[in-house]
Amino acid sequence: MTIALETRGLEKSFGGLRVTRDLSLKVEQGARHALIGPNGAGKTTVINLLTGVLKPNAGRILLEGNDIADLAVHKRVLRGLSRTFQINQLYADLTPLETIGLAVSERLGRGGDWWRRMGTRDDVNQEIAETLGRFHLLDVMNEPTATLPYGKQRLLEIAVAIATKPRVLLLDEPAAGVPESERHDILAAVAALPRDVTVLLIEHDMDLVFSFADRISVLVNGAMLVEGPPDEVARDPQVKAVYLGEAADV
Amino acid sequence: MTAVSDVSSHAIARARWRPAEIVFWVLALSCAFLFPSRYLIMTDILRLALFTLSLDLILGYAGIVSLGHAAFFGVGAYSAGLLALHGIINEPVIALVVAGLVAMVLGFLTSFLVIRGVDLTRLMVTLGIALLLEALAERFSNITGGTDGLQGIEMQPILGMFAFDMFGKTGFFYSLIVLFLLFLLARRIVNSPFGLSLRAIKNNPLRASAIGVPVNRRLIAIYTVAAFYAGIAGALFTQTTALASLDVFAFERSADLMLVLVIGGTGYLYGGLIGAVVFKMLQELFQTITPQYWLFWIGLVLVVMVLVGRERIHRWVLWGPNLIIRQVFGRKAGVAVPESDAP
Repeated sequence: MTIALETRGLEKSFGGLRVTRDLSLKVEQGARHALIGPNGAGKTTVINLLTGVLKPNAGRILLEGNDIADLAVHKRVLRGLSRTFQINQLYADLTPLETIGLAVSERLGRGGDWWRRMGTRDDVNQEIAETLGRFHLLDVMNEPTATLPYGKQRLLEIAVAIATKPRVLLLDEPAAGVPESERHDILAAVAALPRDVTVLLIEHDMDLVFSFADRISVLVNGAMLVEGPPDEVARDPQVKAVYLGEAADV
Repeated sequence: MTAVSDVSSHAIARARWRPAEIVFWVLALSCAFLFPSRYLIMTDILRLALFTLSLDLILGYAGIVSLGHAAFFGVGAYSAGLLALHGIINEPVIALVVAGLVAMVLGFLTSFLVIRGVDLTRLMVTLGIALLLEALAERFSNITGGTDGLQGIEMQPILGMFAFDMFGKTGFFYSLIVLFLLFLLARRIVNSPFGLSLRAIKNNPLRASAIGVPVNRRLIAIYTVAAFYAGIAGALFTQTTALASLDVFAFERSADLMLVLVIGGTGYLYGGLIGAVVFKMLQELFQTITPQYWLFWIGLVLVVMVLVGRERIHRWVLWGPNLIIRQVFGRKAGVAVPESDAP
């Protein structure tokens, strides 16, 4: 199997606090890999390191074999590494149409066009329509994002990441905060992600993790505790200890 | 596929000319014939409108605050003045463009300082650059004329045909045409993918970079363009008044500009234009009533405006015009209102 995303000896400290410790992680091509861990395990830091929001103190990050640790955030996206956000980080004033349109334009290298009006490129329009359709957003495409129901906003969150045509997608708690009635749509959208997209899921919700992932890594105190297939991880005594110690959050 | 045509029609709709916009420009033009004795003040409004349009591009669209936008206005003003005074470029339109380009180069160079950091840093850096230029202009008085300003500027006819007259008629039409052309360009820019990416950056820079937008490069680009606009506004000032003095760099000019934009509304192109008209008319009105304390009244208007909320005021003011427009052009037509109330 080829490795889509890999970290080697990743380290990050804030002052004296080591939040990521010698983290080596391999995500296989096409995998549905979950990264779990109790609160404060450093999951968000890992995402920020992978996407380039934070710079590691040491270690390497390889995307399909190429070191991307020194690339700026937007360049990693163009290389095929995208993410969704745990809390809404959408553009409140922009419509879903504009949000997706922006992602598509940037991917096609057309984001800097200052003379051409939006909506005049057929290939872009085609792709916007497909993406909106796939995520059930066609009926709300012209409404400001801030006015959409929360479930729709979560769908848009995934849709805009998919519009960048990632080869590796980091899903950060996709169903967090979604009311029970709208949850099904999100889970269906996550399950329907194209198989050729490698997914690294960062999640708290164990039902979602065990129904979705074919491989699980457990992060504790910034270091890798256990890694393996779901049934093995579920039986692991160390994992049980960590989660039982943390009580009902599981 | 109907979804695709829906997408394209919705996307294009934003850039479509609304009836109210056409009315706006027809009104602007007809002012020339309605108030033939007021060319000077009307030209003043046009210059201010162009200058405010420049600030709107960076503040309203890209979210870059500036308290030193007069830097570019001043550089444009002195460039135009020096070009004319020394007979380097005698034709005003070419000189105008060159002066704009000089400001643009300065904008590009300083953009690297400005895009770093957050709002407060940006306020200080822009303010600092403007103060610096003002001090330099004073220091090199052999070039700039120091506190006396540039003396004896004589403008040649525009395109060799239209001489500037003492009533300011030529200056008015010249300014109106320049404003309109640059407005068209700005309109094109804000409705492009580039303009969309600016709005995304203003909304959420972190997210913008997370979908592949090169945030810094875009900010540098729009800051440079805005500097060109401000430089043109400054050059128009020198060309239509035959004056350039140190106060082109003054802090008050940058601060007033922010006022004008807040009055008119940020984030839509007419904000700057409407703001300029309202500001100058208020200034005229208050100066006639109380020549000494007009600033007090401007301040009061601003406070009331912020408290009442501009959107509400816009609704009140536009109630009449919208009623007429809807009668003539149908239900959906109306005057554009700003997207957000936040300055």
